[in-house]
Amino acid sequence: MENKTSLHNEQFLAQLQKDSSQLVEKLQNNDFDEATSLINTLVELRDSHIFNSVGKLTRALHSAIVNFHVDADFDSNPPEVNTSEIRDASDRLQYVIDLTQKAADTTMDKVEAIAPVAANLGQEAGRIRDEWKRLKRREMSKEEFKGLYGEVDGFLGEMELGTKELSNSLQDIILEQGYQDLTGQVLKRVIGLITDVERELVNLMRIAGQVEKVTGLDSEGEPIAAVESSTKGEGPQIHADKRDDVVSGQDDVDDLLSSLGF
Amino acid sequence: MKILIVDDFSTMRRIIKNLLRDLGFTNTQEADDGSTALPMLRSGDFDFLVTDWNMPGMTGIDLLKEVRADAKLAALPVLMVTAEAKRDQIIEAAQAGVNGYVVKPFTAQVLKEKIDKIFERVDS
Repeated sequence: MENKTSLHNEQFLAQLQKDSSQLVEKLQNNDFDEATSLINTLVELRDSHIFNSVGKLTRALHSAIVNFHVDADFDSNPPEVNTSEIRDASDRLQYVIDLTQKAADTTMDKVEAIAPVAANLGQEAGRIRDEWKRLKRREMSKEEFKGLYGEVDGFLGEMELGTKELSNSLQDIILEQGYQDLTGQVLKRVIGLITDVERELVNLMRIAGQVEKVTGLDSEGEPIAAVESSTKGEGPQIHADKRDDVVSGQDDVDDLLSSLGF
Repeated sequence: MKILIVDDFSTMRRIIKNLLRDLGFTNTQEADDGSTALPMLRSGDFDFLVTDWNMPGMTGIDLLKEVRADAKLAALPVLMVTAEAKRDQIIEAAQAGVNGYVVKPFTAQVLKEKIDKIFERVDS
């Protein structure tokens, strides 16, 4: 589109050169009627050049906005976002939060429910083993042995049930980790959308730059810098190893704090 | 010992609560951001505050500053447990008067060490 605009510019300049020599000639000959009509033609030509450029930019702007994945009702104030892909992406990210929370809750529920079973079996095994040692040392009466006989039987039963319960819970915990797969897929889609939006945003910036050029609003003002507090929250560091201003673990934190007199 | 756990993610509150329980601290309460935590701290007799940094509403660093500025709460031991890992942030927390700083993800061992250290200092 930039090529077309400059082509249009060249046409306009060529016409201007051709007409201006004619205009000088007419003015020198005092032919004011012809001179006026030449000036009018030039003004019309310039206007149509601007209209043409603005028209093209408007079309480009429109298609850029359409590609922006935002389906909003711009008649209402403020614009209401309906069923856009951005809205959809927000929902997807919410889904990731919900799913990870559910997985964490379920996993912790399972562990909390099963931990006492394991602890009881361990305690019971310890107690029976002590008895068993007494038996081996022949320190046990016949009556006590009868009791132990029953206890071992009961313990084996408990053991069978308890370990079954344990392995079921362990299996469930493994299954629960499926959230990683699900959330990973969702996040990939959202990343794809962000990449698309970024591309369209760059496109939009380019068009905005051309609008400024054509309309003579070319800004030479200072670029608008995004000022961010250096201690604003950022969440988990994804590239801590590649940044100098970020600690890479608890040891770094401890070193830094002790250098501050902690 | 009464402890307040402040984090916007309930999962993290639960993990911290479980770790604290294993360490023998069973009297815990929870809040999901600084603005909920502050009135709880002011009205309750908490002995220890464990807080995240990045939360909607009032952040953990602002909560820490409010606590230090409040005559009644100024001496409350505060442990920050957060994913925020910038040096500037750790320095800001130290200057605001934090008693310990743990970066997520953390282990039970690290949490125990920091808590022990805080109470060694407080008691001495």
